Amino acid sequence: MQPFRQVTGLVVPLDRANVDTDAIIPKQFLKSIKRSGFGPNLFDEWRYLDIGQPGMDNATRPLNPDFVLNQPRYKGATILLARRNFGCGSSREHAPWALADYGFRAIIAPSYADIFHNNSYKNGLLPVILPESAVDRLFHEAAAFPGFTLTIDLEAQRVHSANGNVGYDFDVDPFRKHCLVNGLDDIGLTLAHADDIRAFEERHFREQPWLA
Amino acid sequence: MPLARTLYDKLFDSHTVRAESDGTSLLYIDRHLVHEVTSPQAYEGLRLAARKPWRTRSIVATADHNTPTTHWHEGIRDPISRTQVETLDDNIRATGARAYFPFRDRRQGIVHVIGPENGATLPGMTVVCGDSHTSTHGAFACLAFGIGTSEVEHVLATQCLIAKKSKSMLVHVDNRLSRGVTAKDLALAIIGRIGTAGGTGYAIEFGGPGIRALSMEGRMTLCNMAIEAGARAGMVAADDVTVDYLRGRPLAPTGADWDRAVAHWRTLHSDAGAHFDATVVVDAHEVVPQVTWGTSPEMVVPVEGRVPDPDREKDPTRREGMERALKYMGLEPNTAITDIRLDKIFIGSCTNSRIEDLRMAAAIARGRRVAPTVRVAMVVPGSGLVKAQAEAEGLDRVFKDAGFEWREPGCSMCLAMNDDRLEPGERCASTSNRNFEGRQGAGGRTHLVSPAMAAAAAITGHFVDVRRQF
Ligand code: SF4
Repeated sequence: MQPFRQVTGLVVPLDRANVDTDAIIPKQFLKSIKRSGFGPNLFDEWRYLDIGQPGMDNATRPLNPDFVLNQPRYKGATILLARRNFGCGSSREHAPWALADYGFRAIIAPSYADIFHNNSYKNGLLPVILPESAVDRLFHEAAAFPGFTLTIDLEAQRVHSANGNVGYDFDVDPFRKHCLVNGLDDIGLTLAHADDIRAFEERHFREQPWLA
Repeated sequence: MPLARTLYDKLFDSHTVRAESDGTSLLYIDRHLVHEVTSPQAYEGLRLAARKPWRTRSIVATADHNTPTTHWHEGIRDPISRTQVETLDDNIRATGARAYFPFRDRRQGIVHVIGPENGATLPGMTVVCGDSHTSTHGAFACLAFGIGTSEVEHVLATQCLIAKKSKSMLVHVDNRLSRGVTAKDLALAIIGRIGTAGGTGYAIEFGGPGIRALSMEGRMTLCNMAIEAGARAGMVAADDVTVDYLRGRPLAPTGADWDRAVAHWRTLHSDAGAHFDATVVVDAHEVVPQVTWGTSPEMVVPVEGRVPDPDREKDPTRREGMERALKYMGLEPNTAITDIRLDKIFIGSCTNSRIEDLRMAAAIARGRRVAPTVRVAMVVPGSGLVKAQAEAEGLDRVFKDAGFEWREPGCSMCLAMNDDRLEPGERCASTSNRNFEGRQGAGGRTHLVSPAMAAAAAITGHFVDVRRQF
């Protein structure tokens, strides 16, 4: 996994609450058996005017000019600004895969659905939580200043704008931070405790043999 | 450790392999349910890292999300769906499982239906699956929750998950549901009250007389919808209803093991005086049949109500959400719910496709006809075993005589990954769990209801209060 220390990038504001995983990546694209290639279909139903199907040439599809990701000023954005309960709905990891494949490195929102939040970390996508008032302010800034850029410093746990207008500290779980900053693979970390797992199993199945 | 513990505490603590000082724990997983959509990348990851599955006996697998519900003899026509299902076949063949119910197997079905009915879900277990509705299994006093594909790979490789304890919430239900009101209505009423993020960060235990009075099917429906309230896990304490349901199931313990297991299961409840971080009290008497009007399960009203008016909503984000939902749903504010006409009816999904659900729907359909304005009314049993049971009881005839289509088991139009879907603008009464934009097909409009309400809507062509009409 790519280590995440600091990211500076253009911010795209997606002004909707409760953006669900079906909106992030519609289910017709879940049939792939790969992890990559979902970026062109991120927010498919909002982004294109036609109905997307796997195997289409996305470059020739009609874009919805009103959708924020299609506006030229937000081209190349790597930070997604969103409203509360982002990523609600299914457990499918395709949602963070699609966001990361599109090029996003971080999301900023007042809250996330639990599973999405968890999945994001595992894919090197940082889900920053800021208070509603701070997120509001960032929406204003992003609208007011074309090219509005933020720096997210995970090590210092701070978000600040390049123009110096805003800066906020954020909380992050120390273990997740450690894994993200060092690009550590969870499985490797867990397997270091293989003896503990075996000892647990021995006791567990002795106490509840019907589970063995 | 506090003396009085919640059920959640008991389940979590008894599966903790090790814990860091900040509470980050390695949680042991007893049952890993696997299906075709969220597992291929996990198996691929395992292979790429040259790792072996830790304990294949924990795995129970099936193909459900994109299997067709008609013309089974023709196989899976869509090549991409077929690849996914075949990839699962290959992965299970290569590495093994405790049980596998492939496409067209007699016991194939929706993963959250086949687990309990085969006794693969037992009280006191930790149960995970790469699917958010894994919360369903919590009905058996399990700690059951959905995980992403990276976590599927983690469980395959280590039999553990990295987890931190959630906060705990008790939803206490007093009294019993009235006739014609079901666990689905209770679930929707709770979500209407606490919102789709009301349970975020919590594990919910459903308790009280209203829950004790529910069948296992009803409890599963309720726990299934816990995720729609934002909670990763929902659970119900074990009691006689749980034990009676499990007796004699194929993978349930037998003989002396059974007696020992039952004795242990009887300890799986919250102790008197256990602390919950939040408590919600619901009076089951007050719950009436519910219908969602919008694009989130919290956008729900009683059937005798009306579509709400955004002009009366003060919060601007909410108002905007309501306006967008009404536009998507093609509804005018203040429309009576019973004036909403339906194009399609879907009875199925892991929320409501078990035998009791089909019996309820059949009781309404018996001797009646689907309204001519309804284009398709379909019944999709949750599993091959549910289908066989329903046919043994003659329910298939009741449905077919009334003009319903009787399909093969699977997820079907719950998420429309196979051919069963809504066309743009079509309006559906659905017994599934999500009414998000495009969930049942791009542009499709979903109203979530109970099986009885869906069957009644099929007969009249519009929503009716099932308590009064039949
Ligand atoms: S029936 Fe629907 S909600 Fe349930 S597992 Fe299948 S797709 Fe998911």
